[in-house]
Amino acid sequence: MTQPAIQPATERMLPTLTDLNRPYWTGGADGQLHVQYCDACSNWMLPPVATCPGCGGVPQFRPVSGRGTVFTYTTNHQPFHPKIPPPNLIAVVTLAEQDDLRVMTNLINCAEDDISVGDDVVVRFENHGEVYYPVFEPAEAGK
Amino acid sequence: MIDTPGKGAVISGLGISQIGRRTGISHLDNTLAASREAIADAGLTPADIDGITTMGDTPIAEAAQALGIEPSYRGGGISSGGLISPVMSAALAVCEGRARHVLIYRTIQMMGGDMISNAGHAPAAPEDSGFVDLAKSMGGIDEVIAANSFSAVNWLAMHCRRHMHLYGTTKEQLGWLAINSRRNAGLNPKAVYRDPMTMADYLAARMVSTPLGLFDCDVPVDGSIAVVVSAPEYAADCPKPAVRVEAVGTSPGDGGWFRRPDYPKMASADAGAELWRRTDLKPTDLDIAELYDGFTYLTLVWLEALGVCGAGEAGPFIEGAKRIALDGELPLNTYGGQLSAGRMHGYWVLHEACVQLRGEAGERQVAGSPEVAAVAVGGGPIAGCLLLTR
Ligand SMILES: [Zn+2]
Repeated sequence: MTQPAIQPATERMLPTLTDLNRPYWTGGADGQLHVQYCDACSNWMLPPVATCPGCGGVPQFRPVSGRGTVFTYTTNHQPFHPKIPPPNLIAVVTLAEQDDLRVMTNLINCAEDDISVGDDVVVRFENHGEVYYPVFEPAEAGK
Repeated sequence: MIDTPGKGAVISGLGISQIGRRTGISHLDNTLAASREAIADAGLTPADIDGITTMGDTPIAEAAQALGIEPSYRGGGISSGGLISPVMSAALAVCEGRARHVLIYRTIQMMGGDMISNAGHAPAAPEDSGFVDLAKSMGGIDEVIAANSFSAVNWLAMHCRRHMHLYGTTKEQLGWLAINSRRNAGLNPKAVYRDPMTMADYLAARMVSTPLGLFDCDVPVDGSIAVVVSAPEYAADCPKPAVRVEAVGTSPGDGGWFRRPDYPKMASADAGAELWRRTDLKPTDLDIAELYDGFTYLTLVWLEALGVCGAGEAGPFIEGAKRIALDGELPLNTYGGQLSAGRMHGYWVLHEACVQLRGEAGERQVAGSPEVAAVAVGGGPIAGCLLLTR
């Protein structure tokens, strides 16, 4: 039996925007995910920080490719939030730019049976006001 | 060996209230019942207690006044041991002479632990464990919540999935932990769920967050557990066999819920490693293990974190529940665990380890006079463990 594909969420409890995190959460308005990078250390980093833990410099936001792989996932079946009905597919995705660059996110346009650890995924954005929340879908779905 | 804070402190008294689901008993009544029992069990009176600390529903001032105690020590010292930090802090305090007899209680009123029910929007999820009070205070949690990932069950299910991917760990292997706990709970009159569980029962339970189902989750209860931690020299006067703190293990929790470089390892890996650096004893010296099971998977993680099993080897170790049975090579969660006895947030594992080391466990007593016990509590970025000896 094929599981129905999980659709984008209409509700989220989004973080409070700050000067520090705003480029990450709103940067998707241009269709790209923006992540901090330190030139001196040649290192991408998440979550946003004021100074690079490696060198103390100020990392700059840059767009990333939006490609990644599924690191792990779970399908939640418990109705924890009255406006967010299960099932929802929660995942940690490793961004292609660096093997320790992880985001917690949701997978859409697929169901648990369709995915495995290591599968290629690409970013899509859910627009919630000022925020463009990054979710991911299987790479082949966009082809 | 590195410094050994709290080494030699004596766990002199044990107390446990009635444990049950929606008992209607107030948190204060449960706190007082457990505390009075622990103080008497230590051969002491409230006037002897000069310290109180807790992580629980009853404020210290309220408990102290009702018990007639004027504590000069009220906790603090070690904060990196997660839910059992108060026990570690008390051990440190009595070893440093800042207190002589410290009462520690942990009182629980049934609760779901997810973010949303705490905010009053939805009914509590009975399956959830209760890390979130601590988790809320941690950085990075907003990213987790933004992913519509509201509960420790979601966060730990992802660790579990990764472990399964890397090592071939199976759902059935987790099931043996639930079955072992239920079997032991059948011998514990205080346990909440005592009817036998089969693998078919386990596998038929509804999914909560794949691969974790209802019987991978602990059972919320009302109750209180108290212990008295006394100065090392009290061992000679202690009316019950003195249980000693041999070593403690803690973690700074770096990496949060999903950014440890060695994921799916957790803070427990730091705590386990620190514990063994602080003692000459080895994992093979353990006679019993009482390892946190807010979710089945966490017990598996602790077996690896404590070096009982190598990375990825805990699944085969628990399979069949022979090695971990009361008569196995390492009896595990001998009172029924939080899975079947009830969610006392890491304090029943402590209580049971002491009961077993004293030889007071009745029908479920492990044979051969166990002398060395591991007590481990926590999951994700929160972890603390104790090595206890008699
Ligand atoms: Zn740098």
